[in-house]
Amino acid sequence: MSDMTREETEALIQEVLEVYPENAKKDRAKHLTVNDQEVEQSKKCITSNRKSLPGVMTIRGCAYAGSKGVVWGPIKDMIHISHGPVGCGQYSRAGRRNYYVGTTGINTFGTMNFTSDFQEKDIVFGGDKKLSKIMTEIEQLFPLNKGITVQSECPIGLIGDDIEAVSKKTSAEIEKPVVPVRCEGFRGVSQSLGHHIANDAVRDWVLHNRDGDTSFEATDYDVTIIGDYNIGGDAWSSRTLLEEMGLRVIAQWSGDGTLAEMENTPKAKLNLLHCYRSMNYISRHMEEKYGIPWMEYNFFGPTKIEESLRKIAAFFDETIQANTEKVIEKYKMEYEAVIAKYRPRLEGKRVMLYVGGLRPRHIIGAYEDLGMEVVGTGYEFAHNDDYDRTIKEMGNATLIYDDVTGYEFEEFVKKVKPDLIGSGIKEKYIFQKMGIPFRQMHSWDYSGPYHGYDGFAIFARDMDMTLNNPCWNKIQAPWLKGEEEAESAAAGA
Amino acid sequence: MPNVMIRVKDNGALLFYIAKKDQEDEIAKVEKDSETEWGGEVELTDGSKYYIDPISPPPSFPTTLRFKRAN
Repeated sequence: MSDMTREETEALIQEVLEVYPENAKKDRAKHLTVNDQEVEQSKKCITSNRKSLPGVMTIRGCAYAGSKGVVWGPIKDMIHISHGPVGCGQYSRAGRRNYYVGTTGINTFGTMNFTSDFQEKDIVFGGDKKLSKIMTEIEQLFPLNKGITVQSECPIGLIGDDIEAVSKKTSAEIEKPVVPVRCEGFRGVSQSLGHHIANDAVRDWVLHNRDGDTSFEATDYDVTIIGDYNIGGDAWSSRTLLEEMGLRVIAQWSGDGTLAEMENTPKAKLNLLHCYRSMNYISRHMEEKYGIPWMEYNFFGPTKIEESLRKIAAFFDETIQANTEKVIEKYKMEYEAVIAKYRPRLEGKRVMLYVGGLRPRHIIGAYEDLGMEVVGTGYEFAHNDDYDRTIKEMGNATLIYDDVTGYEFEEFVKKVKPDLIGSGIKEKYIFQKMGIPFRQMHSWDYSGPYHGYDGFAIFARDMDMTLNNPCWNKIQAPWLKGEEEAESAAAGA
Repeated sequence: MPNVMIRVKDNGALLFYIAKKDQEDEIAKVEKDSETEWGGEVELTDGSKYYIDPISPPPSFPTTLRFKRAN
């Protein structure tokens, strides 16, 4: 089944769409496509960033998830208040494994949950007083915090609380930045708008704070890592590579990042953007306001790392470029050994992905380095420009699905029969019970890091560990197996 | 009257980005593009047209400008 033709894939999409009512079918058809590398602009073949259909099982998140969970959450020395009912903060607490250095509860607060715990009376009479009170309390209990953000949950927007006014007032009182973020969950169609809102909040409340301050000594080799959330230590394994090249990483956005790093970012020479989808807004803004160029890079798998390192080096002088070659040379032995060990075990295996905003296209290279093939990919919340980039990365006649529904994904998997699926926790157990090896590609299945050369070794090991696990032969009950074998033996005779 | 961010792409073309509409297209043609002024009617690669009063001297990109829809 490894080489489905264009017609077969198209027929598969039609077949899957068959169960929907007329209108739903029409709508969903726009989100599913067969890849054609000839297409220059993805909007000609796929629609993205549209409202999910009511009634289908979407895998998307909300704007609050995009802001509190992704962009703001990992800023470790600020306290992020989940303003509203207690659930949103509690159920998402520490789930993304954004690693950081520091003493939690003293000077870093990453895995803690701060919430205003809305009750009925707060909805009726408004929660502004409560917000102001908890911020004063926070200041007393955690005096080493560097600032506070107010992450709105749905009710805040619905009842129309003025969190901006409270924030300004408190900010003056505690003499620290207090950032109101209007990321109510109902805004937008997915977490993508939450990223945008969070970026805008950074732009309006944080980025310019140190514009007049010259105490920071900038060098010609200052770069920032933007859009790396340090999941399982990803940003650290990227950072070592950049530092070995001779660059100085002055800020990490936002995995293991601090408020001061964010404020100093406008003093960088180049912004390196890993997750384009969640942080391109702020990079564009810095390019416009401060004239800092930005570039997208990809640190998954040696081929892409090499490409990216050279591309980064091209922004700097010959010393850096020479260093880069040395770095590539240095790790060559290491990653060739990894490939030599795992490639024979993984060669030809087929993968289907369905992740968030950058991984559906970024990790393709890493799989290809291991001799594996990605036969289907899709994003939860991508926009057209993400698909523009994806088309080039994917093989012809492979499946691309946008905001795939639970049903569609299952049907695709049943028909395409991939050897491995990479998606999130919500999908994991469905597919494992179907007997298909599965890796969580949001949280690296509690492993990681996967970025950089060090990460690639772990990535290869994990894929091998999952795919070649003997448990997959044991999925079927032995008595059922016996029957089937007997039947096929009978049929054969 | 959308706010449009215009930046120079890697291939040298101008990228026309309307954040609100999540639209990103290259500029195919600009009515007035000389050393003294830039603007007028702007046509995108997807065929849609926008208008801006010519700016003189030409703006340096990237920048955000306010366009009108042209018919």
